[in-house]
Amino acid sequence: MINDMNPEDIVGEFKEVSLDLYDSISRKILYTDIETPYPDGKLIVSTTTLKGIITHVNPSFIRMSGFTEEELIGAPHSILRHADMPPAAFKDLWDTVLKGDKWQGFVKNLRKYGGFYWVKATVIPNVRQGEVVGFTSVRRKPSRTKVNECVALYPTMF
Amino acid sequence: MHDDFHAQTDAIKNDAVDLIYANSFDAAMLIRDKGFLPLVKAKGKSDEAIIAVNAENLVEDVAHLEAGTKIAYTDDPDVKMMGMIMLEPADLDASNIESIVTSTNILVAKKLLQGDADVGIFLAEAFDDLSKMIKMQLRVLVKSEITDIHHSFMIGPKLLDKREEIQKVLLEMNSCEKGKGVLSSLGFDGWETVEVDEMEFMIDLVDALST
Ligand SMILES: Cc1cc2nc3c(=O)[nH]c(=O)nc-3n(C[C@H](O)[C@H](O)[C@H](O)COP(=O)(O)O)c2cc1C
Repeated sequence: MINDMNPEDIVGEFKEVSLDLYDSISRKILYTDIETPYPDGKLIVSTTTLKGIITHVNPSFIRMSGFTEEELIGAPHSILRHADMPPAAFKDLWDTVLKGDKWQGFVKNLRKYGGFYWVKATVIPNVRQGEVVGFTSVRRKPSRTKVNECVALYPTMF
Repeated sequence: MHDDFHAQTDAIKNDAVDLIYANSFDAAMLIRDKGFLPLVKAKGKSDEAIIAVNAENLVEDVAHLEAGTKIAYTDDPDVKMMGMIMLEPADLDASNIESIVTSTNILVAKKLLQGDADVGIFLAEAFDDLSKMIKMQLRVLVKSEITDIHHSFMIGPKLLDKREEIQKVLLEMNSCEKGKGVLSSLGFDGWETVEVDEMEFMIDLVDALST
């Protein structure tokens, strides 16, 4: 399940935009300029089904995203989709992992409260008895240099 | 027991072991290529890494380290991997650091104290076990909190029909005095079961991290 964002959840002044997500889902998101720094030494981990529905999240995922575990499990991973992320990045992610390869990239994620956080993500297919049964994404702290490069590059990719 | 990581890895490759306490790197090969299954892991324990500097070093944040930094670490592959990930915020990687490989965590500490290395990567548990004297002269910049990466006791294909039996013996070790003694000398107070799914999850995690 994925709902429009609720103005009551948002901390700070926000902008509003409608995102067209996979499966003809349209979602109204509200987003602010407030960045939550990536916590040192931690990994943010989630797993999904073959269609990108969240099946597992670790405690750091819950803390950083601001959602509860109940809100996350069963939701499409695009629940974190930020308006500043170019669609081409996610097309590349899906093309890569559906081929059975690993994908790595820098992602700006949306928090429940409208703020954002940057991650360096690696997505890999979960192969069990020779079959891909789902995907795992492991995020780590990105370098500021790399984030700044993305801040300059991503707006040119729309 | 094997005194270095390469000797153990070679022994696995040559099918010379049936029971093994393996790090997460070797676990991948054992499970996926060698038909091993997990038995147990140390209860409530995970493998974590620490990035430390000489206490007199002025650096406050890993992100402020620069290319050319001299980094000491042991040849334990998962600790090195976790440590290198914690150095990425400074844009450091194998291509722009100066590596100093030692055989023990104590030697990593020595390299820092003697000024031969700027940064040390430690197995957190080994860092905690350093003497007070040494620890006082070091400063921790960051400690990993991954929790999902751990050593596991594993069993090879020749013994698979004994898996449950051996698992039971290990799980009950903390209910007798002798077993308790052995466990406490290993540094923990019991084993807990590791399921195959949990192991596969860890292997995927390590796979993602080693990229
Ligand atoms: C394992 C996995 C993890 C993902 N993690 C994220 C994420 O953290 N943030 C995000 O915006 N999209 C993530 N995605 C991509 C989303 O599934 C989705 O493609 C993206 O948010 C764009 O939405 P759309 O495909 O509906 O257009 C992930 C996909 C997979 C398979």
